[in-house]
Formats: sequence, structure tokens, C-alpha cells
Amino acid sequence: MLELFNHQFIQYAFIAGTLISIICAIVGYFVVLRSQAFAAESLSCVGFTGATGAAVFGLSSLVGTFFFTISVALGFGVFGKRIRDRDIEVGMVLSFALGLGVLFLKLYTSNATEAVGILFGSILSVTTNDLYLSLFTEAVAFIVLVIIFRPLLFASIDPEVAEARGVPITLLGIIFMVLVGITIAEAILVVGVLLVFALLIAPAATAQHMSNRPVTGIIISVVLGLLFTWGGMLLGLFFHVPVSFFIASLAALAYLVTVPLHHFITPHFYNPQPHQDNEI
Amino acid sequence: MFDVLQYSFIQNAFIASFFVAIIAAIVGYFLLIRGLTFAGHALSHIGFAGAAGAVLLGVDPVVGLLVFTIIAGIGIGMLGRVLKERDVTIGIFLTLALALGILFLFLYKGYAEQAYSILFGTILGISALNVIITALFSIVTFGILLFLFRPLLFSSFDPEVAEARGVPIKVLSVLFLVLVAITVSMSVQVVGVLLIFTLLVGPAATSMRLVKNPYLAIGVAIILGILYSWVGIFIAAQTNLPVSFFIATLSFGTYLFVRLVEPSVYRIQKYNA
Repeated sequence: MLELFNHQFIQYAFIAGTLISIICAIVGYFVVLRSQAFAAESLSCVGFTGATGAAVFGLSSLVGTFFFTISVALGFGVFGKRIRDRDIEVGMVLSFALGLGVLFLKLYTSNATEAVGILFGSILSVTTNDLYLSLFTEAVAFIVLVIIFRPLLFASIDPEVAEARGVPITLLGIIFMVLVGITIAEAILVVGVLLVFALLIAPAATAQHMSNRPVTGIIISVVLGLLFTWGGMLLGLFFHVPVSFFIASLAALAYLVTVPLHHFITPHFYNPQPHQDNEI
Repeated sequence: MFDVLQYSFIQNAFIASFFVAIIAAIVGYFLLIRGLTFAGHALSHIGFAGAAGAVLLGVDPVVGLLVFTIIAGIGIGMLGRVLKERDVTIGIFLTLALALGILFLFLYKGYAEQAYSILFGTILGISALNVIITALFSIVTFGILLFLFRPLLFSSFDPEVAEARGVPIKVLSVLFLVLVAITVSMSVQVVGVLLIFTLLVGPAATSMRLVKNPYLAIGVAIILGILYSWVGIFIAAQTNLPVSFFIATLSFGTYLFVRLVEPSVYRIQKYNA
């Protein structure tokens, strides 16, 4: 089993997987806190158009994904809250983005394997260039996140008070959306467009059921993300089955086990009762 | 230019998409007025796991699609809207369904082609048997919809008054989700799991912006749906590019156009009145 790690592609996959799941877990924590899960899903669908479009122009699919997710994220950030609802308009735009992706796919190759790689991830075929690019962008994202950590937390938990205290909420929202764009482009590398939820949302959502404290929650989220990714990769290599299947299943299982457990453990008196004045 | 119409596989595609477009437009209209568009999205993703499982077992993908989406549809109907944290919970279930689908297809050899065709549709490769299945299920769905039409419309627009009048709301909503499940399964053959919105929601959303009367709106939606799929298939046959791309573009383009022009039309109508 351990001699597998002598292969370079597996070393690359583990390095990339480890780093990407860390940044996903941290950014995902804020995504869940700000209830922007739907925006995240939209960005990943747009990433498909980017990845296939890049291939038409002969660029690396990671570059294309970055370009598309970051520019759309900027748009989301600028237009703000209107994107929150899963309304018809967002659904129509997403279908069109995916349809455009199909066209790009057809234009440069009729090879379906490429499409499945983008949709469901191909971490075991990460190239050196992709590795360096994701290392670089991730370092930048991490530094930005550390700098804006406290105001972002404040603005996410209580936007109104934060605004009253002079925190630049809109600017923070835009910066954060761009961070989400970068993170999703990298997550697509590991689990693919369709399973981004497994690395971005599931660890954070599970962690929020385990702890109410932000820093503890983020640490739990990172640990869970690493467990899912490493576990998924080891199981995938061992059983010769797509890695993303195991990552997604582990993530879903952890969430679906934790939520009822949390409700079972939390005492009833802990649940906030509706205030009497609200009845009138 | 019109030679392509002689090929039997093109004729099959035209016939199947005709039936699918009709039921998708009607069901899509009700999805919109009931605010359930996300159920269409969710059911199609769950259908992916079903179709993949059917491929693995050597059964026709349509069978897997129908079984999985109908079970999920009944589940969603029974659960109602009581779920807390709906975004995240549904998202995680959908992720699990997609992951299961990819596992099933991987266990089956040549999985990439199968996955591609379920995700993006292969209307040009539809078999004569599947055309018959599609026609049968569509006619049954259409019949049930006709039968349920008035109570369904009543309970969609004003559920409380309908309940007070004795309309069985719960049963209706479960039954309706079963119809959605059948429609999704049929539509997946044309546009695939990922582009389901283009046939299910696109025509109805556009027609509702054009006319207010329910009957007229459904009629316009049906015409739009048939137009999108026929024109899409026709252009695709000429250019050898994917059908679902053209259907998606037509659906999105028309919606966008109506969406942008509509306020001015409305203003003119107001002015004339």
C-alpha cells in the first residue's frame, strides 16, 4: 500500500488535495455562515464553462476556471443580495452556462472522458503547472483571509451592527466572493464541478453542528475536510474507484450522522423559545 | 437542407421531443406557480443516480430514471417544507446522488460516454422503443393533468381557500410531484440532467411574462417548448453540434429577450388602458 506514495502523481495529488481541502474548509465556513451556498453552486457551474472554454483556446482548464469563477464572483459581489434566492433567473443562467460548456467541449474534442474529468474531478491527474498555480493562488487567498478575518466574521454574524461600527460591508462582501471564486476553481480540480459541495459546504455545515464557537468550528471544519480528502483518496486508490465518489460519500455521511446526533445531544431547554411579545 | 428529416433517427427525435415538450411546458407552469422549481432541479439530479444504476444492471436508463425520481418525488411531497436548513441539506443529498451515479457508471465499462449522455442528453440517439415509452408516459401524464387541472390550478393559486372548499391538498401535491418525476425522466432523454431547466422552466417562465391567463400561458409555453426542441434538433443536425446547447441557447435567449422587453410592453398596455 505505502509504495503507492513513490509515484509522483500520487504525491502531487496528496499535496494539492491537502492544501485545497484546508482553504475550502475555511472559506466554506464563512459561506455557510453567510448562507451563500446557492451562490457557491452557481460559481461551480460557471467553472464548467470556464474549464471547457479554456480548452478551446488551448489554455490549462484551471486558468479558464479561475478566469470565469473570479469574474462572475465579482459580479455576484457587486450586485449583492439579489443573487441569494434560487430564483428562476439564476437557474436559467446556469443552464445556459452549462449548455455553453457542452458546445466548447464539442468544439475542441468529442472526447467524453474530458467532460467527466471536469464534472467529477481528476485529482490523480494534476499536472506540475496546476500544482504551482494552485499553490500560489492559495497562498494569496490565505493571506487575504487572515487579514480580513475579524471584520469578515463580524460582518457575517451581525451585518447591521458591523455596518454601524464602520466595517465596510460591501467591500468585504466583494473580496469574500472573489475568495470563494478562487476556492471553487481549486475545489473543481479535486472533486469536479458537480461535487464542489462535498469539500466546500459539507465540512463547514457539519462543524457548525458540533461547535458554536467560530475558531473551534473552523478548526473542526479543516480537520473534517482533510479526513474526507485523505480518506477519499486512500479508499479510491485502494478500490480503484473514482476518488470523488468517496470524498462526497464521506462528506455526506458525516453531515447526515451529525445533524440528528446534535439534535439528540442538545438539551431541550437550550433551544430558544419564541418571545411572548412576538405573538401579539 | 431538409434532407436530414428523412433519417429515421431524426424523425424519432422530433416525435419524442414533441411529447416531452408538451408535458414539460404544462408541468413547468405549475412548478412555477407553486414555487417548486427547485424540486425539478433536485429530481433530475437524483435521476442521474437512477439512470446510472440502470446502466450498471443492464436495464434501460429510463427505467432507473422513473423509479428513482418517482420515489424521490413522493418523498419530497410527503416531507413538505418543514426541513430546516433546506439549502445545505438538499445540496448534500444531491451531491451524494451524483457521487453514487458516478460510482455506478464507473463500475460499468465505458462510463464516460454514458455519463456524458445522461448529463447532457442524447435525443439524436433515442431508440424506437424509447420513443414509444416516451409517448405512452407523456399521454398518461397529459391525461392525469387534464383530469386534475382545475383543482390543481385552484390549490396552486390559493391553497387555503382550496383546502376550505374540500380540495385534498396533500394528495394533490404528492400526485403532482409524481407527475413532475415522470416529466423529468422524459425530459432527461432530450436535454439531459444538467439542462433540465431549459425545457421544464424556460418555456413556462417566458410565457407567464407574455400572458396572464393560465390557459393561454400554458398554450404559449407548449408552443415555445416544441419550437425550442424542434429548432434545436434541426440546427444540431445541420451543424453536427450538440442539441442541448441549441435548446439551452434558444430557451435562455427568448427568456432574456422577453425579460428585457417586457417592462416596456407593460408600460404601453397601461398607457393604452
